[in-house]
Amino acid sequence: MNPLVIAPVLLPLLAGTLLLLLRGTLSLRVRRGLNLTLVTMQILLAAILLMTVGEADILVHTLGNWPAPYGIVLVADRLAAWMLLVTAILAWFALLFAVRGTDAGSRHFHPLFQLQLFGLNGAFLTGDLFNLFVFFEILLLASYGLLLHGGGARRTRAGLHFVALNLAGSTLFLFAAGTFYGTLGTLNMADLAVKVATTPPENLGLVRAAGLLLFGVFALKAALIPLHLWLPAAYASTSAPVAALFAIMTKVGAYCLLRVGTLIFGEDAGPVANLYTDWLLPLALITLIVGALGALSATELRRQIAYLVVVSVGLLLTAFGLGTSAAIGAGLYYLAHATFAAAALFLLADIIAGGRGTSLDRLTPGPAIPRAGLVGGLFFVAALLVAGLPPLSGFLGKFLVLKAALADPAWPWAMVLVLTSGLLGMIALTRSGSLLFLRADGRSGATPASAGDLAPVVGLLALCLALTIWAGPILGFVQSAADQLLRPQIYIQAVLGSTIQTEHR
Amino acid sequence: MEALLALIVGVLTACGVYLILRGRTFPLVLGLTLLSYAVNLFLFATGRLAIGLPPIIDRNLAETIGGYTDPLPQALVLTAIVIGFAMTAFLIMLALKARAELGNDHVDGRPDPGDRA
Repeated sequence: MNPLVIAPVLLPLLAGTLLLLLRGTLSLRVRRGLNLTLVTMQILLAAILLMTVGEADILVHTLGNWPAPYGIVLVADRLAAWMLLVTAILAWFALLFAVRGTDAGSRHFHPLFQLQLFGLNGAFLTGDLFNLFVFFEILLLASYGLLLHGGGARRTRAGLHFVALNLAGSTLFLFAAGTFYGTLGTLNMADLAVKVATTPPENLGLVRAAGLLLFGVFALKAALIPLHLWLPAAYASTSAPVAALFAIMTKVGAYCLLRVGTLIFGEDAGPVANLYTDWLLPLALITLIVGALGALSATELRRQIAYLVVVSVGLLLTAFGLGTSAAIGAGLYYLAHATFAAAALFLLADIIAGGRGTSLDRLTPGPAIPRAGLVGGLFFVAALLVAGLPPLSGFLGKFLVLKAALADPAWPWAMVLVLTSGLLGMIALTRSGSLLFLRADGRSGATPASAGDLAPVVGLLALCLALTIWAGPILGFVQSAADQLLRPQIYIQAVLGSTIQTEHR
Repeated sequence: MEALLALIVGVLTACGVYLILRGRTFPLVLGLTLLSYAVNLFLFATGRLAIGLPPIIDRNLAETIGGYTDPLPQALVLTAIVIGFAMTAFLIMLALKARAELGNDHVDGRPDPGDRA
């Protein structure tokens, strides 16, 4: 029992309920302040949890005090704590941008925002496969609401595709979970990891099918090729703070692929060991190229950024697909960087679109943006980060992944495709930058972006700078998280330890 | 009974998959509903099929000594039904909104070329 583990799940749930109840009594100003305070508390909680699991073992909370394989457990290991911290920080900056006016578009923005965090935190902490499905549904339902926030035909069309695809994905998830329960008799992930190693031969095909169904579901969430087609439309048509928050949504899929791939289908899984690695690396490398080509062909800035998110997913999953401790560590470092950088670009794209009058974010010559020097400078820094050029964290993450790739037999492929996609991404961003800022004529007459609008962007870019400056300690932590992942016995011992002892008695 | 149940799950899934590949929102909603029915039945069967057995173990009940049926899939199905119901309701509202805003019920929001005639 450890209340620290359940607090990151309970806090946003209670916060969301509170914000819903107080909607009629408190003014929008007060609710904005309250929501920001509540997200700040989540950052603090995640930081405390990270420091606790950084030193000690994995923390486990058994809900209702039911012992592990029978009850639902929440498990906080280093990976989960890292994801929680990245999510909370990202959410704070997205919210800081939203309170500048985007949140006034519909009545339930603030409760939905908290419920989205509830689903995300729960998905990172849960140690039960069916519970993971439930948290997926919670975060998806909140995300449908947020995606449609503000209305408009374009959002409705993208939202319809997003909802239908995710509902089909949920059905597949349930089929996979049911097959696991029918063949192995458990849904606890640690217990699954133990039982999968001794699968009888007649059930082997079923377990493999269920595992690959799960792979498909997580690949859909992560936007791995060929299941990435929903992402550009959804991200490009929603409001800026929501797109920024959604930068973490693809990472939920990547997180699940990593968790299930190392815990259930890790080295010790006997006949189904390394089920995911054969699929993950080639698909991730193709995703890199397809995403980069998409970014080149995009005619709108936000669509281009959405394709660059697909590219970042490709590199992230390349790192996870390599499967060594160094590669996973590099991937986790890159995950934080890619999330913050993509969010900063989405927010910046909204400011740019707001300053160009009727041209919006279309990549055509248009009127000059007010305060073009400042906005252009920020765009330049964000583009450096996303394209992975030195000296910032994007380069560091990419370099570490490539260094780890050298140990893999497929290293020439990884090298060529990662570098080509980096080059294509750079060309795409250079072209947009020169179109938006250098080939501008006339004035749009729009009000210049205020310091308050630019503050979240600057904050997110500063975070990437902090990732570069304190790369040493941060890499030390993510490396220890990767080491912990590759030794699933620690996780299994932490979750099932007490039960195994009872059975021996 | 196993064969019958497997057949029902299979037919429901096949119909569901066919319907979600259609181009209009109404078949899409129906298809996702059929798929969720199929998966609910499938989940129910993962605890193995048993007739006339209670899902609890009670020493005072004579039947439970002979055996019991797995209660966990029943709880899972209940959760899945509730979630599926909420999602279907949401999807129907969204489909109606799309019909109103886009002017037609095509999932891409543009009518087929033959529709104008």
